[in-house]
Amino acid sequence: MKKALLFIIIFTICPLTAATAGSNNNDYPAYPPKILSSELFPCSSCHAGMEPNILKRELTFHGEVKIIGHAEHERWCLDCHDARDRDKLRLINGSTVGFDRLFRLCGQCHGPTYRAWRAGVHGKRTGRWDGQKQYYLCSSCHDPHSPRFKALAPEPPPVRPGETIRN
Amino acid sequence: MKKRFSRRDFIKITAVGAGAAVIPGCSNTITWEEFFQTNFKEMSPQEIKHLLAGLEEKYTKEYGVKFTVKATPAREGVVFGYALDLSRCIGCRRCVYACVKENNPSRDVQIQWIRVLRMKKGEFNLEESEHYYDPDKVPEDGYFYVPVQCQQCENPPCVKACPVKATWKDPDGITVIDYNWCIGCRFCMAACPYRARKFNWTKPLIPKDEMNTDTHYLGNRPRMKGVVEKCTFCVQRSRDGRYPACVEACPVGARKFGNLLDKESEIRYILENFRTFRLKEDLNTQPKFFYFFSLGWG
Repeated sequence: MKKALLFIIIFTICPLTAATAGSNNNDYPAYPPKILSSELFPCSSCHAGMEPNILKRELTFHGEVKIIGHAEHERWCLDCHDARDRDKLRLINGSTVGFDRLFRLCGQCHGPTYRAWRAGVHGKRTGRWDGQKQYYLCSSCHDPHSPRFKALAPEPPPVRPGETIRN
Repeated sequence: MKKRFSRRDFIKITAVGAGAAVIPGCSNTITWEEFFQTNFKEMSPQEIKHLLAGLEEKYTKEYGVKFTVKATPAREGVVFGYALDLSRCIGCRRCVYACVKENNPSRDVQIQWIRVLRMKKGEFNLEESEHYYDPDKVPEDGYFYVPVQCQQCENPPCVKACPVKATWKDPDGITVIDYNWCIGCRFCMAACPYRARKFNWTKPLIPKDEMNTDTHYLGNRPRMKGVVEKCTFCVQRSRDGRYPACVEACPVGARKFGNLLDKESEIRYILENFRTFRLKEDLNTQPKFFYFFSLGWG
Protein backbone atom coordinates (compact mmCIF):
# COMPACT_ATOMS: atom_id res chain seq x y z
CA MET A 1 0.00 0.00 0.00
CA LYS A 2 2.75 2.39 1.02
CA LYS A 3 4.71 1.52 -2.12
CA ALA A 4 1.71 2.20 -4.30
CA LEU A 5 1.25 5.58 -2.64
CA LEU A 6 4.92 6.38 -3.18
CA PHE A 7 4.63 5.49 -6.86
CA ILE A 8 1.58 7.68 -7.27
CA ILE A 9 3.38 10.59 -5.62
CA ILE A 10 6.48 10.14 -7.72
CA PHE A 11 4.54 9.88 -10.95
CA THR A 12 2.47 12.94 -10.24
CA ILE A 13 5.38 15.10 -9.05
CA CYS A 14 7.91 14.17 -11.73
CA PRO A 15 5.98 15.58 -14.70
CA LEU A 16 5.32 18.71 -12.64
CA THR A 17 8.99 19.30 -11.93
CA ALA A 18 9.86 18.51 -15.53
CA ALA A 19 7.31 21.06 -16.65
CA THR A 20 8.72 23.75 -14.38
CA ALA A 21 12.27 22.94 -15.44
CA GLY A 22 11.18 23.28 -19.05
CA SER A 23 9.55 26.65 -18.44
CA ASN A 24 12.57 28.24 -16.79
CA ASN A 25 13.00 30.19 -20.01
CA ASN A 26 10.57 32.62 -18.44
CA ASP A 27 13.29 33.59 -16.01
CA TYR A 28 14.47 36.04 -18.66
CA PRO A 29 11.61 38.42 -19.41
CA ALA A 30 12.95 39.98 -22.58
CA TYR A 31 12.00 42.66 -25.03
CA PRO A 32 10.43 41.08 -28.14
CA PRO A 33 12.97 40.51 -30.92
CA LYS A 34 12.73 42.84 -33.89
CA ILE A 35 11.93 40.06 -36.35
CA LEU A 36 8.54 39.38 -34.74
CA SER A 37 7.37 42.83 -35.84
CA SER A 38 8.90 42.43 -39.32
CA GLU A 39 6.53 42.06 -42.26
CA LEU A 40 8.45 38.94 -43.28
CA PHE A 41 7.35 37.17 -40.11
CA PRO A 42 6.05 34.48 -39.73
CA CYS A 43 8.53 32.93 -42.12
CA SER A 44 6.24 29.95 -42.56
CA SER A 45 3.72 32.12 -44.40
CA CYS A 46 6.00 31.73 -47.46
CA HIS A 47 8.08 28.72 -46.52
CA ALA A 48 5.18 26.41 -45.60
CA GLY A 49 4.61 25.35 -49.18
CA MET A 50 8.28 25.09 -50.15
CA GLU A 51 10.42 22.01 -50.24
CA PRO A 52 13.48 22.68 -48.04
CA ASN A 53 16.73 22.76 -50.02
CA ILE A 54 19.49 22.12 -47.54
CA LEU A 55 22.38 22.68 -49.98
CA LYS A 56 24.69 25.62 -49.24
CA ARG A 57 24.29 28.11 -52.12
CA GLU A 58 23.94 31.80 -53.04
CA LEU A 59 20.38 32.83 -52.29
CA THR A 60 18.32 34.62 -54.89
CA PHE A 61 15.63 35.68 -52.41
CA HIS A 62 16.96 37.01 -49.04
CA GLY A 63 20.07 38.12 -50.97
CA GLU A 64 20.15 41.23 -48.73
CA VAL A 65 21.17 39.07 -45.79
CA LYS A 66 24.94 39.31 -45.72
CA ILE A 67 26.97 37.56 -43.06
CA ILE A 68 29.77 39.91 -42.08
CA GLY A 69 32.32 39.17 -39.42
CA HIS A 70 30.47 36.14 -38.11
CA ALA A 71 32.32 33.17 -39.61
CA GLU A 72 30.86 33.86 -43.05
CA HIS A 73 32.89 31.12 -44.75
CA GLU A 74 31.82 28.43 -42.34
CA ARG A 75 28.26 29.64 -41.88
CA TRP A 76 25.11 28.61 -43.70
CA CYS A 77 21.51 29.75 -43.01
CA LEU A 78 20.36 26.36 -41.76
CA ASP A 79 23.06 26.26 -39.10
CA CYS A 80 20.80 28.52 -37.09
CA HIS A 81 17.44 28.57 -38.91
CA ASP A 82 15.46 25.35 -38.71
CA ALA A 83 14.77 23.73 -42.10
CA ARG A 84 11.48 22.13 -41.07
CA ASP A 85 10.00 24.81 -38.83
CA ARG A 86 10.98 28.16 -40.35
CA ASP A 87 9.55 30.13 -37.46
CA LYS A 88 12.08 28.56 -35.12
CA LEU A 89 15.83 28.54 -34.64
CA ARG A 90 17.80 25.33 -34.52
CA LEU A 91 20.23 24.37 -31.80
CA ILE A 92 23.25 22.15 -32.42
CA ASN A 93 21.53 19.19 -30.75
CA GLY A 94 18.69 19.42 -33.27
CA SER A 95 16.06 20.89 -30.97
CA THR A 96 14.40 24.18 -31.80
CA VAL A 97 13.85 27.44 -29.92
CA GLY A 98 11.71 30.48 -30.71
CA PHE A 99 13.23 33.76 -31.83
CA ASP A 100 12.37 35.22 -28.43
CA ARG A 101 14.75 32.68 -26.82
CA LEU A 102 17.59 33.15 -29.29
CA PHE A 103 20.10 33.63 -26.47
CA ARG A 104 20.13 29.85 -26.16
CA LEU A 105 21.27 29.62 -29.77
CA CYS A 106 23.94 32.34 -29.43
CA GLY A 107 25.01 30.95 -26.07
CA GLN A 108 26.08 27.67 -27.66
CA CYS A 109 29.22 29.34 -29.05
CA HIS A 110 29.43 32.50 -26.92
CA GLY A 111 29.49 30.77 -23.55
CA PRO A 112 31.21 33.39 -21.41
CA THR A 113 29.05 36.13 -22.97
CA TYR A 114 25.91 34.10 -22.28
CA ARG A 115 27.01 33.64 -18.69
CA ALA A 116 27.68 37.36 -18.32
CA TRP A 117 24.33 38.19 -19.91
CA ARG A 118 22.47 35.95 -17.46
CA ALA A 119 24.30 37.59 -14.58
CA GLY A 120 23.39 41.05 -15.90
CA VAL A 121 26.91 42.13 -16.84
CA HIS A 122 26.77 41.80 -20.62
CA GLY A 123 23.83 43.55 -22.23
CA LYS A 124 21.24 45.75 -20.69
CA ARG A 125 18.21 45.58 -18.46
CA THR A 126 15.60 48.20 -17.76
CA GLY A 127 12.97 48.40 -15.09
CA ARG A 128 13.65 47.93 -11.40
CA TRP A 129 16.91 47.20 -9.63
CA ASP A 130 14.86 45.61 -6.82
CA GLY A 131 12.46 43.56 -8.91
CA GLN A 132 10.92 43.18 -12.34
CA LYS A 133 13.42 43.79 -15.12
CA GLN A 134 13.16 43.62 -18.85
CA TYR A 135 16.14 42.16 -20.69
CA TYR A 136 17.51 43.20 -24.02
CA LEU A 137 18.02 40.16 -26.23
CA CYS A 138 21.25 39.51 -28.16
CA SER A 139 19.50 40.68 -31.31
CA SER A 140 18.26 43.90 -29.66
CA CYS A 141 21.78 45.31 -29.98
CA HIS A 142 23.58 42.98 -32.40
CA ASP A 143 22.47 42.11 -35.92
CA PRO A 144 22.90 38.32 -35.81
CA HIS A 145 24.18 38.29 -39.40
CA SER A 146 26.70 41.07 -38.76
CA PRO A 147 27.08 41.27 -35.01
CA ARG A 148 29.72 43.92 -34.46
CA PHE A 149 28.18 46.90 -32.66
CA LYS A 150 27.88 49.77 -35.16
CA ALA A 151 29.52 53.15 -34.52
CA LEU A 152 27.13 55.94 -33.47
CA ALA A 153 27.06 59.70 -33.91
CA PRO A 154 27.77 61.18 -30.47
CA GLU A 155 25.48 63.71 -28.80
CA PRO A 156 26.86 67.28 -28.81
CA PRO A 157 29.78 68.11 -26.52
CA PRO A 158 29.24 70.44 -23.56
CA VAL A 159 29.59 74.18 -24.21
CA ARG A 160 32.87 75.69 -23.12
CA PRO A 161 32.93 78.00 -20.09
CA GLY A 162 31.82 81.50 -21.04
CA GLU A 163 29.83 80.32 -24.00
CA THR A 164 26.09 80.00 -23.95
CA ILE A 165 23.92 77.96 -26.27
CA ARG A 166 22.26 81.10 -27.65
CA ASN A 167 25.38 82.69 -29.18
CA MET B 1 10.39 82.84 38.87
CA LYS B 2 10.52 85.48 36.24
CA LYS B 3 11.89 84.24 32.90
CA ARG B 4 15.06 85.95 31.83
CA PHE B 5 15.26 87.51 28.43
CA SER B 6 17.94 85.26 26.95
CA ARG B 7 20.47 85.90 24.23
CA ARG B 8 18.61 83.42 22.05
CA ASP B 9 15.34 85.34 22.41
CA PHE B 10 17.11 88.54 21.50
CA ILE B 11 18.54 87.06 18.34
CA LYS B 12 15.18 85.56 17.40
CA ILE B 13 13.39 88.86 17.74
CA THR B 14 16.08 90.78 15.89
CA ALA B 15 16.06 88.18 13.12
CA VAL B 16 12.29 88.34 12.77
CA GLY B 17 12.52 92.12 12.64
CA ALA B 18 15.28 92.04 10.05
CA GLY B 19 13.44 89.38 8.09
CA ALA B 20 10.28 91.40 8.06
CA ALA B 21 12.25 94.36 6.77
CA VAL B 22 14.01 92.37 4.07
CA ILE B 23 11.39 89.93 2.84
CA PRO B 24 8.75 92.23 1.34
CA GLY B 25 11.39 93.42 -1.10
CA CYS B 26 11.90 89.96 -2.58
CA SER B 27 8.61 88.30 -1.75
CA ASN B 28 8.14 86.96 -5.26
CA THR B 29 11.23 84.77 -5.05
CA ILE B 30 11.27 83.55 -1.46
CA THR B 31 8.44 83.08 0.99
CA TRP B 32 8.41 83.87 4.68
CA GLU B 33 8.26 80.16 5.47
CA GLU B 34 11.18 79.34 3.22
CA PHE B 35 13.24 82.07 4.81
CA PHE B 36 12.73 80.60 8.26
CA GLN B 37 12.83 76.97 7.17
CA THR B 38 15.11 74.85 9.31
CA ASN B 39 17.63 72.26 8.09
CA PHE B 40 15.81 69.45 6.27
CA LYS B 41 17.31 66.80 8.54
CA GLU B 42 15.80 68.46 11.60
CA MET B 43 12.29 68.80 10.21
CA SER B 44 9.41 66.70 11.55
CA PRO B 45 7.33 64.57 9.14
CA GLN B 46 4.52 67.11 9.39
CA GLU B 47 6.85 69.97 8.56
CA ILE B 48 8.22 68.05 5.57
CA LYS B 49 4.70 67.31 4.33
CA HIS B 50 3.78 70.95 4.63
CA LEU B 51 7.01 72.00 2.89
CA LEU B 52 6.50 69.62 -0.04
CA ALA B 53 2.90 70.75 -0.53
CA GLY B 54 4.09 74.35 -0.58
CA LEU B 55 6.80 73.58 -3.13
CA GLU B 56 4.41 71.67 -5.37
CA GLU B 57 2.09 74.66 -5.38
CA LYS B 58 4.96 77.06 -6.01
CA TYR B 59 6.45 75.10 -8.93
CA THR B 60 3.05 74.40 -10.46
CA LYS B 61 2.35 78.12 -10.43
CA GLU B 62 5.80 79.10 -11.65
CA TYR B 63 6.13 76.62 -14.52
CA GLY B 64 2.47 76.11 -15.45
CA VAL B 65 2.65 72.31 -15.17
CA LYS B 66 1.54 70.03 -12.34
CA PHE B 67 4.51 69.07 -10.12
CA THR B 68 4.95 66.34 -7.57
CA VAL B 69 7.69 66.80 -4.99
CA LYS B 70 8.46 63.80 -2.81
CA ALA B 71 11.02 63.23 -0.09
CA THR B 72 11.23 59.42 -0.15
CA PRO B 73 13.70 58.47 2.60
CA ALA B 74 16.52 55.94 2.22
CA ARG B 75 15.35 52.33 2.37
CA GLU B 76 16.71 50.13 5.13
CA GLY B 77 19.19 47.47 4.04
CA VAL B 78 20.09 49.33 0.87
CA VAL B 79 23.39 50.92 -0.08
CA PHE B 80 23.58 51.89 -3.71
CA GLY B 81 26.53 51.03 -5.88
CA TYR B 82 27.31 51.70 -9.50
CA ALA B 83 29.63 50.00 -11.94
CA LEU B 84 30.69 51.17 -15.38
CA ASP B 85 32.16 48.84 -17.97
CA LEU B 86 34.92 50.81 -19.71
CA SER B 87 35.44 48.18 -22.38
CA ARG B 88 31.83 48.74 -23.51
CA CYS B 89 31.50 52.53 -23.28
CA ILE B 90 31.70 54.14 -26.73
CA GLY B 91 31.52 57.76 -25.59
CA CYS B 92 28.20 58.54 -27.30
CA ARG B 93 26.94 60.82 -24.46
CA ARG B 94 23.44 59.32 -24.49
CA CYS B 95 23.74 59.12 -20.69
CA VAL B 96 24.54 62.84 -20.43
CA TYR B 97 21.35 63.86 -22.19
CA ALA B 98 19.16 61.25 -20.51
CA CYS B 99 20.39 62.72 -17.22
CA VAL B 100 19.58 66.26 -18.37
CA LYS B 101 16.07 65.20 -19.38
CA GLU B 102 15.48 63.47 -16.05
CA ASN B 103 17.06 65.86 -13.57
CA ASN B 104 16.05 69.40 -14.62
CA PRO B 105 19.46 71.07 -14.75
CA SER B 106 19.74 74.47 -16.43
CA ARG B 107 19.94 74.24 -20.22
CA ASP B 108 21.32 77.72 -20.70
CA VAL B 109 23.70 78.42 -18.91
CA GLN B 110 24.38 74.74 -19.47
CA ILE B 111 24.80 72.35 -16.55
CA GLN B 112 25.45 68.65 -17.08
CA TRP B 113 26.07 66.17 -14.26
CA ILE B 114 27.90 63.59 -16.39
CA ARG B 115 31.15 64.40 -18.13
CA VAL B 116 32.53 61.86 -20.58
CA LEU B 117 36.32 61.93 -20.71
CA ARG B 118 38.11 60.71 -23.79
CA MET B 119 41.46 59.09 -23.09
CA LYS B 120 44.25 57.79 -25.25
CA LYS B 121 44.55 54.03 -25.18
CA GLY B 122 47.62 52.91 -23.33
CA GLU B 123 47.42 55.43 -20.51
CA PHE B 124 45.01 56.63 -17.86
CA ASN B 125 45.74 60.30 -17.66
CA LEU B 126 42.90 62.37 -16.20
CA GLU B 127 44.78 65.64 -16.71
CA GLU B 128 45.19 65.12 -20.44
CA SER B 129 41.74 63.70 -21.03
CA GLU B 130 39.32 65.61 -23.23
CA HIS B 131 35.59 66.07 -22.79
CA TYR B 132 34.86 68.38 -25.75
CA TYR B 133 35.59 65.68 -28.37
CA ASP B 134 33.16 65.84 -31.29
CA PRO B 135 33.84 63.36 -34.12
CA ASP B 136 31.22 62.17 -36.62
CA LYS B 137 31.17 58.69 -35.16
CA VAL B 138 32.20 57.11 -31.88
CA PRO B 139 34.13 55.14 -30.78
CA GLU B 140 37.25 56.63 -32.38
CA ASP B 141 40.34 54.58 -33.09
CA GLY B 142 42.97 54.77 -30.39
CA TYR B 143 40.72 56.17 -27.66
CA PHE B 144 38.55 54.95 -24.84
CA TYR B 145 35.96 56.83 -22.83
CA VAL B 146 35.48 57.35 -19.10
CA PRO B 147 32.19 58.91 -18.00
CA VAL B 148 32.54 60.73 -14.68
CA GLN B 149 29.73 61.86 -12.41
CA CYS B 150 29.27 62.10 -8.64
CA GLN B 151 31.11 59.07 -7.26
CA GLN B 152 28.90 58.88 -4.13
CA CYS B 153 31.93 58.60 -1.86
CA GLU B 154 31.65 56.65 1.34
CA ASN B 155 33.98 59.29 2.78
CA PRO B 156 32.81 62.41 0.94
CA PRO B 157 35.13 65.43 1.17
CA CYS B 158 32.35 67.73 -0.05
CA VAL B 159 30.27 66.95 3.02
CA LYS B 160 33.17 67.83 5.31
CA ALA B 161 33.73 71.08 3.45
CA CYS B 162 30.16 72.38 3.73
CA PRO B 163 30.12 75.02 6.47
CA VAL B 164 26.33 74.88 6.96
CA LYS B 165 25.58 71.15 6.65
CA ALA B 166 23.49 71.67 3.52
CA THR B 167 24.90 68.47 2.02
CA TRP B 168 25.18 65.08 3.67
CA LYS B 169 25.39 61.37 2.98
CA ASP B 170 22.07 59.56 3.46
CA PRO B 171 22.00 55.98 4.86
CA ASP B 172 21.65 54.47 1.38
CA GLY B 173 24.97 56.06 0.46
CA ILE B 174 23.67 58.89 -1.71
CA THR B 175 25.14 62.30 -0.96
CA VAL B 176 22.29 64.76 -1.25
CA ILE B 177 21.92 68.54 -1.12
CA ASP B 178 19.21 70.60 0.54
CA TYR B 179 19.04 73.44 -1.99
CA ASN B 180 17.02 75.54 0.44
CA TRP B 181 19.84 75.35 2.99
CA CYS B 182 22.76 75.80 0.57
CA ILE B 183 24.38 79.22 0.83
CA GLY B 184 26.28 78.94 -2.44
CA CYS B 185 29.79 79.24 -0.99
CA ARG B 186 31.05 76.50 -3.36
CA PHE B 187 33.48 75.04 -0.81
CA CYS B 188 32.09 71.60 -1.70
CA MET B 189 33.02 72.15 -5.32
CA ALA B 190 36.56 72.95 -4.36
CA ALA B 191 36.68 69.87 -2.15
CA CYS B 192 35.38 67.43 -4.75
CA PRO B 193 38.25 65.73 -6.58
CA TYR B 194 35.94 64.53 -9.38
CA ARG B 195 34.52 67.89 -10.51
CA ALA B 196 31.08 66.41 -9.92
CA ARG B 197 29.39 69.46 -8.43
CA LYS B 198 27.96 72.28 -10.51
CA PHE B 199 26.95 75.79 -9.48
CA ASN B 200 23.91 77.72 -10.65
CA TRP B 201 25.43 81.08 -11.58
CA THR B 202 22.07 82.17 -12.99
CA LYS B 203 18.46 81.22 -12.51
CA PRO B 204 18.21 77.87 -14.31
CA LEU B 205 16.63 78.17 -17.73
CA ILE B 206 14.59 75.11 -18.70
CA PRO B 207 11.89 75.06 -21.41
CA LYS B 208 8.55 74.27 -19.78
CA ASP B 209 7.85 71.30 -22.01
CA GLU B 210 11.19 69.74 -21.06
CA MET B 211 10.54 69.92 -17.33
CA ASN B 212 10.40 66.59 -15.49
CA THR B 213 7.59 67.09 -13.01
CA ASP B 214 8.23 63.89 -11.00
CA THR B 215 10.68 65.33 -8.52
CA HIS B 216 12.43 64.68 -5.21
CA TYR B 217 13.18 67.39 -2.66
CA LEU B 218 16.84 66.33 -2.45
CA GLY B 219 17.15 65.55 -6.14
CA ASN B 220 15.72 66.89 -9.34
CA ARG B 221 13.27 69.57 -8.15
CA PRO B 222 13.82 72.94 -9.82
CA ARG B 223 16.86 74.71 -8.41
CA MET B 224 17.39 78.39 -7.77
CA LYS B 225 20.22 80.75 -8.58
CA GLY B 226 23.18 80.42 -6.25
CA VAL B 227 23.01 76.76 -5.23
CA VAL B 228 25.17 73.74 -5.97
CA GLU B 229 23.83 70.57 -7.58
CA LYS B 230 25.10 67.16 -8.68
CA CYS B 231 24.22 63.58 -9.57
CA THR B 232 22.10 61.80 -6.93
CA PHE B 233 21.90 58.39 -8.66
CA CYS B 234 18.45 59.72 -9.69
CA VAL B 235 17.24 59.65 -6.08
CA GLN B 236 13.67 60.20 -7.32
CA ARG B 237 13.89 56.95 -9.31
CA SER B 238 16.31 54.77 -7.36
CA ARG B 239 14.49 55.12 -4.02
CA ASP B 240 11.33 53.97 -5.81
CA GLY B 241 13.19 50.85 -6.99
CA ARG B 242 13.89 52.00 -10.53
CA TYR B 243 17.19 52.18 -12.38
CA PRO B 244 18.75 55.65 -12.80
CA ALA B 245 18.06 57.33 -16.15
CA CYS B 246 21.66 56.95 -17.37
CA VAL B 247 21.53 53.16 -16.84
CA GLU B 248 18.44 52.85 -19.01
CA ALA B 249 19.78 55.20 -21.69
CA CYS B 250 23.14 53.53 -22.31
CA PRO B 251 22.96 51.88 -25.76
CA VAL B 252 25.79 49.45 -24.99
CA GLY B 253 24.70 48.42 -21.50
CA ALA B 254 27.91 49.65 -19.90
CA ARG B 255 26.16 51.03 -16.82
CA LYS B 256 25.22 48.73 -13.93
CA PHE B 257 23.41 49.71 -10.76
CA GLY B 258 22.11 47.97 -7.69
CA ASN B 259 22.14 47.30 -3.97
CA LEU B 260 25.59 46.58 -2.57
CA LEU B 261 24.06 44.75 0.40
CA ASP B 262 22.12 42.31 -1.81
CA LYS B 263 24.25 39.27 -2.61
CA GLU B 264 22.13 38.46 -5.67
CA SER B 265 22.48 41.89 -7.27
CA GLU B 266 24.25 42.58 -10.56
CA ILE B 267 26.57 45.00 -8.84
CA ARG B 268 27.74 42.38 -6.35
CA TYR B 269 28.34 39.92 -9.18
CA ILE B 270 30.58 42.46 -10.86
CA LEU B 271 32.51 43.26 -7.69
CA GLU B 272 33.06 39.57 -7.01
CA ASN B 273 33.93 38.47 -10.56
CA PHE B 274 35.76 41.36 -12.17
CA ARG B 275 38.74 43.48 -11.30
CA THR B 276 37.26 46.86 -10.51
CA PHE B 277 38.90 50.15 -9.63
CA ARG B 278 37.80 53.58 -8.49
CA LEU B 279 38.98 57.01 -9.52
CA LYS B 280 41.68 58.60 -7.36
CA GLU B 281 41.64 55.81 -4.79
CA ASP B 282 44.69 57.34 -3.11
CA LEU B 283 42.52 60.18 -1.77
CA ASN B 284 40.60 57.75 0.47
CA THR B 285 37.25 59.07 -0.70
CA GLN B 286 36.05 55.47 -1.15
CA PRO B 287 33.65 56.00 -4.06
CA LYS B 288 30.71 53.63 -4.55
CA PHE B 289 31.14 54.17 -8.29
CA PHE B 290 33.30 51.37 -9.72
CA TYR B 291 34.94 51.08 -13.10
CA PHE B 292 35.85 47.78 -14.71
CA PHE B 293 36.89 46.23 -18.00
CA SER B 294 34.77 43.21 -18.91
CA LEU B 295 36.89 42.51 -21.98
CA GLY B 296 40.60 42.42 -22.67
CA TRP B 297 40.16 44.48 -25.82
CA GLY B 298 37.76 46.97 -27.42
